[in-house]
Amino acid sequence: MTGRSSAKKPNSRPPIAVLVMALIAVAVLALPLVGLLQRTPWSSLGTTLGETATLEALRVSVVVSLVAAGVSVVLGLPLAWVLARLEFRGRALVRAVVLLPMVLPPVVGGIALFFALGRRGLIGRALHNWFEIDTLIGTTAGAVIAAAFVSMPFFVITAEAGLRQLDPRLESAASTLGAGRWTVLRRITLPLMAPSLAAGATLAWARALGEFGATITFAGNHPGRTRTLPLAIAQANEAGQPEAAIAMSVLLIGVSLLILIGLRHRWIAPRQTRPPSSQETSPS
Amino acid sequence: MSIQADIHAAAGDFTIRAAFDSPTGSCTAIVGPNGAGKTTLVHALAGLVPLRQGKVVLAGQVVDEPAQRIRVPPDRRPIALHSQHNLLFPHLSVVDNVAFGPRCSGLGTRLARQRAEEWLNKVGLADLADMRPAELSGGQAQRAGLARAAACEPAVLLLDESLASLDAETRTGVRHLLADIDATRVLITHDPVETRVLADQLLVIEEGQVVQSGTPEEVTADPRTPWTAGLLDVNLLTGHATGTQVALDCGLALTTATPMTGPVLVTFSPAAVTLSTAQPHTSARNTWEAEVARIQPENDRVRVLLEWPLPCHVWITPQALGDLGLTAGSRCWAALKATELTVRDA
Repeated sequence: MTGRSSAKKPNSRPPIAVLVMALIAVAVLALPLVGLLQRTPWSSLGTTLGETATLEALRVSVVVSLVAAGVSVVLGLPLAWVLARLEFRGRALVRAVVLLPMVLPPVVGGIALFFALGRRGLIGRALHNWFEIDTLIGTTAGAVIAAAFVSMPFFVITAEAGLRQLDPRLESAASTLGAGRWTVLRRITLPLMAPSLAAGATLAWARALGEFGATITFAGNHPGRTRTLPLAIAQANEAGQPEAAIAMSVLLIGVSLLILIGLRHRWIAPRQTRPPSSQETSPS
Repeated sequence: MSIQADIHAAAGDFTIRAAFDSPTGSCTAIVGPNGAGKTTLVHALAGLVPLRQGKVVLAGQVVDEPAQRIRVPPDRRPIALHSQHNLLFPHLSVVDNVAFGPRCSGLGTRLARQRAEEWLNKVGLADLADMRPAELSGGQAQRAGLARAAACEPAVLLLDESLASLDAETRTGVRHLLADIDATRVLITHDPVETRVLADQLLVIEEGQVVQSGTPEEVTADPRTPWTAGLLDVNLLTGHATGTQVALDCGLALTTATPMTGPVLVTFSPAAVTLSTAQPHTSARNTWEAEVARIQPENDRVRVLLEWPLPCHVWITPQALGDLGLTAGSRCWAALKATELTVRDA
């Protein structure tokens, strides 16, 4: 059966102009990567990636991105619940503020964090006075905060969407069957949200992995503590070591691609998580 | 477990006010037009909808009383609810859905599963235990939902149109199941037969108010509103069928067009009966001499209640009433065609 006569694909042959524009768009997005891959010294890739400084940056990146993703889940889940389930004045404003880091230049976030958490900052001074935490700047904890700042919105927005798709009547039904709040959460709400939770956590982690601007502005660029892969890439590039920069870039591209391919159903075309509640009468 | 309910609740801009008592082990049927507030009432009993005023007492224990700031949450009330939407958990298999209630009551995994399988067996779904809810038909999902509520073995079982999407055959089985459950039952229904067979008392709700209550017989004999009269506008008798002959429990025998065996329910429309003063010579297979118990004019027609030997009500025109000269206590002949009778398994 040809595409044209197939009833399932009525528009299988789009206008030529659309195809051309789409091809140009793909080229704009893909050509830089092709350029990078073409310059990649594949033979020495292993040795370059095996260097101590690279491994150190990789280690910092893994620790910082995983902890930041964890923080995003732990704090973001209650926030998503509040945004999805509670009606209160100013909810739209809260949601806007929560999502702001997604559109803000990360460097702005870094500056904001600096003035809030720095030694003379609003919270930084309190931390110093009360807990004798001198400063988060220059520490891995600081890098985690910067990464969580930019990545948490990705988790919150995904988890909130997942919660909104969930039929609250299922939770009511569970309670009439004798399930208390925690049982409902553990056995109904979270399992039904699981796909969104996984997608949100992975997206947050991926965002944290690629974080640059807020980290370098707030936490600084200290090897072994705050120098993550993106920071190391910029450093190597500026220091006239393009091979190292390219090698680490290829590593990041590979990891990011794997994440996106793994998430293709969840993020781009989310599957239905609603129950078959509107079951029609059937003459069983 | 008895129910004493005085419910004043609101859902959205809609309010419902209803008071009733249900003795332990009884079945209360709630009927009413769509949007009358039946589901809100049942949800208020379950604790899903807060009371504005009033009180709900289950087995002498107050579970809801806003004036005293008492509100026991749904999971700690001795109730289980089966909603008309079934609301099966899509991520659990059918048997795990049914085992959910028993698990919540503290039963171990194995015992809970065992009980779930028993109930699935009772509703005829034993073969589908490992299916996902999405794979069930509407009728199967309804039976699974019912099994899930019943498997809690609650003291009070709330049933919101639990038989609505079942076919006639399954319906009879499930109706028997509901009749045999020990729990105090509150049942929302649109089916006059279900009402008469299952219910000990009937509550008619219209626009958020109880417009009538009583035994199904009382309400059927004297419906107070047009809607009630319309719903219950059917004569229902029980008997034992042998082929096309049904020996009614009241003593009379009727000829039907559908051969059946065993206990049956016979229904016919009050408009299907013709009355005459002398024994009619007619094609109608069923004729009997009857005594008029009561005559009630209703708008442009007259309801004639016959009590002996076969309790039923009959619609005739005011002109016919005048021609026949019927009064309470007078005798007349009734005729009913075999093809006007609907017979089904009891």
